[in-house]
Amino acid sequence: MAVRPWRLPATVLLIFMGARPVAAADLTVSAAASLTQAFKAVAAAFERQRPATRVRFNFGASDVMVQQIIMGAPVDVLASADQAAMDRAVEAGVVDRASRVDFATNQLVVIVPSGQANVPHSVAQLAAATVRRVTYGNPASVPVGRYTQAALQQAGVWAAVNAKGIAAQNVRQALAYVARGEVDAGIVFATDAAIMPDAVRVVAELPSALPITYPIARVTHSRASADADAFVAFVRSPQGQRVLVEHGFGLPL
Amino acid sequence: MTDPIWTPLLLSLKVASCAALLATVFGLACAYGLSRMPGRGADLVDAILSLPLVLPPTVIGYYLLVVFGRRGAVGSWLADRGMTLVFTWQGAVLAATVVALPLVLRSARTAFMGVDPELERAGRALGVTETVVFFRITLPLAWPGILAGILLAFARALGEFGATLMLAGSLPGKTQTLSTAIYEAVQAGDDHTAGILVVTTSAVCIVTLVLAGRLAPSRRRTD
Repeated sequence: MAVRPWRLPATVLLIFMGARPVAAADLTVSAAASLTQAFKAVAAAFERQRPATRVRFNFGASDVMVQQIIMGAPVDVLASADQAAMDRAVEAGVVDRASRVDFATNQLVVIVPSGQANVPHSVAQLAAATVRRVTYGNPASVPVGRYTQAALQQAGVWAAVNAKGIAAQNVRQALAYVARGEVDAGIVFATDAAIMPDAVRVVAELPSALPITYPIARVTHSRASADADAFVAFVRSPQGQRVLVEHGFGLPL
Repeated sequence: MTDPIWTPLLLSLKVASCAALLATVFGLACAYGLSRMPGRGADLVDAILSLPLVLPPTVIGYYLLVVFGRRGAVGSWLADRGMTLVFTWQGAVLAATVVALPLVLRSARTAFMGVDPELERAGRALGVTETVVFFRITLPLAWPGILAGILLAFARALGEFGATLMLAGSLPGKTQTLSTAIYEAVQAGDDHTAGILVVTTSAVCIVTLVLAGRLAPSRRRTD
């Protein structure tokens, strides 16, 4: 038999081309990194109610999620950690304005690595020289960074903290930097700090300059719009809200 | 003070130059050491040192973070002496050196192997020391191949992203290189800045590759 060297590559190519990325009843949700655990739990409850639907997640900095959707990522639902990220999605016309609704609230906290001796005890002390590195989300692309910047500006210490700031790609990276002891302090959401109670310690609450609210909306080009609407409604339902509260989130008024 | 294009460009050139220099020194030392080791052992050491060529940069970044982080084996020792590599440009140099080292090592090994041992033997017969043999005979003869390797190492260091981001972060004006600046700009939806940075990076890499091509030993010319 003749040797056909193209056979294997061609077969592999066909297999990959044939593998469809998502099944018909799949619902893809792009959500803020701070929602990781809470939304997985919400999705588990949602799937029990709609057994035919499988929820798939894409977690990361809200602005990155928005960018991906603007670039045409096949996403059905967007949940961001601040209004600015969602505003950008609305302006770009990629989410359905009418479906937009707030579903959770949060707080900012100052955290330090567990077991670190020299720690700031207040927001003002973040400016002290003993605190050499402070991490928070990059304000250009991470909501928690924007909240942090506004809060620290209000507290009058933004310039001092920004000079020694370590901008993280998302809130969970900031949390990891603190947990590993690479920085002296960090600013994350209260819900993030609660995930690593052994590795990080909350030393102060940081009063936010603007309310920390999470909006959710259906993506305009969603091919599973009925499921998308159902998911948004479920997040806002008493059952969905209870799961969020269990994970430390507050409820919108 | 921190220009969106010039600052990362100059930092990238600084980091890549330092990394290429370090990779050259260590790469040559390792290649020379390996050329004098017996077969099997040399291949194993070569394979280990060449791992950064095939490992995902995130794996290298994680290793570096674990070893050189503030609580790492080497990192805590350095921290006691007031030195930090995480979130510093020196950390970016370390990451870039590790990924660039195999390129110098492999080119140098091949180049050293291509040197006619008769010439080295002739030198020894004339009574000069091993050091003189290396610097006056082996290194000059192997140099074109090594130089091409150094330029490839420079280009690789310039493009280093994953391990750098993990170890040095992306702090504008401090550790933000061209590649991390592009990533940040795209994440923030700043396509204009990203576009300029992408073209800048491509131009620098083309120049480097053209130089590398000119310096590479050409079969046609030597035969």
